[in-house]
Amino acid sequence: MTLQARYADVPVETKQRLFDEVRADIRFKDYLFGCYECGICVAACPSARFYDFSPRKIAQATGREDLGMFYEQLNDDIWNCSQCFSCLRCPRGNNPGGLITIMREVAINNGLTSARQALEGYGRVVYKIMSTGTQVSPDMLQPNAFPDWGPHVAEISENLELWRRALPPETLHTTTTAWYVDDKTLTELYLIWHMTGVLDMIKEVDEGLHMILNDVMEELLEEAGYSTA
Amino acid sequence: MPIPLNVIEARRAQRDERGPTAPPTEDIREKVFELEAKGEWIVQRVPEPWVGVTTKYGRIKKIPAEHTWHHKSCGQCGHIPGYSTAIYWLNRALDFDYNDPKDQTSCTAWNYYASATSNVGAQAAVAMRNFGAAYESGYFPTIHCGTSYGHYKEVREELVAHAELRDEVRRICDKLGKPFVMPEEIVHYSEWVYAMRHEFAQRRVLDLSSIDVTVHPACHYHKLVVEDAIYDPDVYGGQRTAVVSAVVTALGANVKDYSTWFDCCGFGFRHILVQRDFTRSFATLRKIEVMREEANPDVVLTHDTGCVTTLDQSQFAARAHDVKVGVPVMSEAQFAALAMGAHPYRVCQLHWHNTEYRPLLEKMGIDWRERWREFEDDLERLRKGDKQFLTWEDADA
Repeated sequence: MTLQARYADVPVETKQRLFDEVRADIRFKDYLFGCYECGICVAACPSARFYDFSPRKIAQATGREDLGMFYEQLNDDIWNCSQCFSCLRCPRGNNPGGLITIMREVAINNGLTSARQALEGYGRVVYKIMSTGTQVSPDMLQPNAFPDWGPHVAEISENLELWRRALPPETLHTTTTAWYVDDKTLTELYLIWHMTGVLDMIKEVDEGLHMILNDVMEELLEEAGYSTA
Repeated sequence: MPIPLNVIEARRAQRDERGPTAPPTEDIREKVFELEAKGEWIVQRVPEPWVGVTTKYGRIKKIPAEHTWHHKSCGQCGHIPGYSTAIYWLNRALDFDYNDPKDQTSCTAWNYYASATSNVGAQAAVAMRNFGAAYESGYFPTIHCGTSYGHYKEVREELVAHAELRDEVRRICDKLGKPFVMPEEIVHYSEWVYAMRHEFAQRRVLDLSSIDVTVHPACHYHKLVVEDAIYDPDVYGGQRTAVVSAVVTALGANVKDYSTWFDCCGFGFRHILVQRDFTRSFATLRKIEVMREEANPDVVLTHDTGCVTTLDQSQFAARAHDVKVGVPVMSEAQFAALAMGAHPYRVCQLHWHNTEYRPLLEKMGIDWRERWREFEDDLERLRKGDKQFLTWEDADA
C-alpha cells in the first residue's frame, strides 16, 4: 500500500481544510516562491541523510497544492525535520523548514494523532519552558534521562547544588531554572501565553499538561491582578 | 592555469569604501527606522562606543563594545554554564559595563522549533517583551544563543512585514506595561567576540601556535536571515562567516578546514531531547569523525548552545561503535578566556563538559591538576559553609 493510499479514507475536505490553514498563515507567502526541483535543499538537509525525508517534496506539495502528498507529509514527515534551516540555500528563496514550522502548528492546533505521538516524552520540556521561562534546567541532567551521555551526567547530578554555587555569575545559582527569572517577568510571560492562544494549542495535544499549566499560571496571574477568564 | 578571479580583492576594496549609511543590498533597518518615524515603535540605538564590522553583503554592522544587556541562553546557563561565565569574564577583562538581567525570559524558540506548541504572535510578543526590558534597563541587548539571534531576526522581519502582527504584539506589550521597542541592530555575542578579538589577542598569556582548531559555524547564526551575519574577505575569502575563525587566528592558533563545515551539528531541537539516535549519528559521523580524518584537531570551537552540547555529549556513545571521536568541544569565548589566563574550572567550568579535554589543556600549557586542586578547595569551602557562593573575586584569585 502506498503511503498516500494509507490516508485514502480521509475526506478530501479535511485535507483541503488543513492545507488552507497552512496557506492562511501570514508567514506562508514569505516562505514559498516556486521550486526549480534542483535538490540543493535536499543535499544540504541533515534529516534527508537519516530519514526518508525531502524538503524539496515539502516545497513541491505545498506549491502544487497536492493534497494527498501534503496530508502524508503532515502525518509522516514533518517531525523528522531538524529545523536547522540548511534548506534556506534554496536559489528561489524558499524556506521548506519554515513551511514545516507552519505545518507542525496546524498539526498541533488540530490535535492530529501523529502530532500527539511526536510529542510523547516531550511534555516535561513544554512544562519547563512555559512555566519557568527557561527551556532546560540543571536538574534535568539525570542519568536516566541521558544514559547515552555516559557517567559524566551522574557526576553532575550528584554535585549539582554545590557546582551551581561555584558559579561566579549571581544569576546562575539555580537548579530548577537555567537562570533566575523574576516573578514579575514570569507573570508577563504567562500573560503572553494566554493572550496568544498558546495554552489552547497545548490543550489540543495534552489535556493533562494543559490543566497543570493553567493551575500554575492562574495563581500567579491572579496574584498580579490579571484575570485569566 | 589559475582562473583570474579578483572577487576577494574587490570585496576588500568595497569593505573599505562603504560606510554604515551605504548598504549594498536591501537593509531592513531602513524599514525599522521608517516605522519609528511613523510612531509605531521606538528604535533603541546602539550605544557608543561601537565597532563597525562587515556583514555578508557588505553592510557595516554596529557592534556595541559595552553597556550591553546579556540575553542569556537556556542551554548555556543550564548545562554548560562555563559558556556564559566566560562571556562575562571577557567583558570584565576589558573592564566593560554590562547588565546580567533577571527580567529576561528565554526566547522560547528552542520549543517553537522542537514542538510547535507556540505561534507567530506568541514568539513575537516574547521577543518584544525582552527587547522592552532591555530598553527599560538602559542597556543594549547582546544575545548569547544562536537560535535566539536567528529567531529574533525572523521576528523582526515578520513584524516589519505585517501591520496586523505589530498591532497584536503592541496590544500585548501595552497590557504588560512594556515599551514597544526594536533594537537598531540584533547582535550575537560571537560578533562582539569577533569585534574585540584584537583586544583579547593583546591580553593573551598562552602560546597557542601548536593548537589546531576546527570550527563549526552554527546554523541559526549564518543560515537564518543571512544578510547581517558577519563575513570578512580575509576569512575564507568572505565565503563563510568569519566569527570564531577570525578569533582563533587572532589568538595565534591554527584554523583547520574540513569538508562538512556547512552541515548542522545534529541538534535537531526535538531530536536532542527525545530522538537522540539521529543526533548522535549525525554529530559523530558527519562532523566529529570527518574532522578527525581530515584535520585531526585538538579542539572543536563553535558559537552556539546546541552545537557545543550536541558535538560534546554525542561522542560518548559513539565510542562503542569504533567511530573516530575524542575531540573536546567548547565555545570560542571559553577558548579566548583560557588563552587570556582564565581559570579552566572557576571560569570556564570545563568539568561540565563530557569529552576528554585535559590533553588540550596540557598542550595549551595549563596545569589542569593544580587548577582542579584549587577548585576542589573552593568546593570544600562552599561545602563547609565558609562561603555561600564562588565570586568573581574568587575566580580571579
